[in-house]
Amino acid sequence: MVNTNVPAPQGIEGQGFFATTLDNVVGLARKNSLWPLPFATSCCGIEFMATMGSHYDISRFGSERPSFSPRQADLLMVMGTIAKKMAPVLKQTYMQMSEPRWVLSVGACACSGGIFDTYSVLQGIDRIIPVDVYVPGCPPRPEQILEGLMKIQELATTESTRRRESEEYRALLESYNIH
Amino acid sequence: MAYSNEEVLEYLQGTFGPESILDVSEPFGLLSIEVPVSRLIAVVTGLKSHPQFQFTFMTDLCGMHFPEQKGRELGMVYMLHSWGSNTRIRIRTFVPIENPLVPTLEGIYKAANWMERETYDFFGIIFEGHPDLRRILNVDDMDYFPMRKEYPLEDQTRRDKVDEMFGR
Repeated sequence: MVNTNVPAPQGIEGQGFFATTLDNVVGLARKNSLWPLPFATSCCGIEFMATMGSHYDISRFGSERPSFSPRQADLLMVMGTIAKKMAPVLKQTYMQMSEPRWVLSVGACACSGGIFDTYSVLQGIDRIIPVDVYVPGCPPRPEQILEGLMKIQELATTESTRRRESEEYRALLESYNIH
Repeated sequence: MAYSNEEVLEYLQGTFGPESILDVSEPFGLLSIEVPVSRLIAVVTGLKSHPQFQFTFMTDLCGMHFPEQKGRELGMVYMLHSWGSNTRIRIRTFVPIENPLVPTLEGIYKAANWMERETYDFFGIIFEGHPDLRRILNVDDMDYFPMRKEYPLEDQTRRDKVDEMFGR
């Protein structure tokens, strides 16, 4: 039988005990229980539904519960065209999420505006909120979205617990006018 | 009850005078007329309340912009429909871009309410007497009318389409 357990982080093991750093433990927990908030506005959202469904099954990666409340979500998955009129809504959703929070930008529209080079469409969500991982494609296949999620997992597992207090992170948020 | 385009045209020219019914044509059998903006309400009211024609349904309205037509740059198109005889009529009217005032048809057809707001949103045509003339589709703080031809369709802040990205 295949062992599907998540491998233990680096540490010191002995009879009845295992010692490692707090960063590692927190990273391990965060990585395997990302609660995504699907912000699906168009066809990429349909691909996400397939990703979420039983065939591709995003729960295999610890994202068992898509959270439709930003307060309880760790990962904002933006899937689809964001019209300029939608931009303040997206930004508010992001601001309502508590730290730590990651953003996955799925599809050409969310990443760069895609084919909608027009007056009414936001030319990439990174103009209003910081993005951690970009998934290209129009729309990307579920495997690509899962790949994006796994990249977020990598970030979550290796991130220092103190990163969110760092000067760089504060400056990043400040540059987006998020306080 | 069926009636012909000629009958409608005869009624219009007889009631409002030939100087109010301009540029008559019948593309694909659709009676198409132009009216001066000052006679718009009278003509539309006449067509709607006429006992025989009964153009009681507004199918659509939209704006137009022809920058080369000096003094009549902006225009409106109204499509009216008579359910009883399944007949349609197209009415056009033009206004100068400096003073784009068109009387609202909201008092005649409630369907005009949102469509006139949309036309205002995209063309900046001011509908006099409209009860709630504000933007309907675009962001509220947009400061121009995007369907006018002097404005580029593309988003001007996009950087990945500049020539240097393609080695040109």
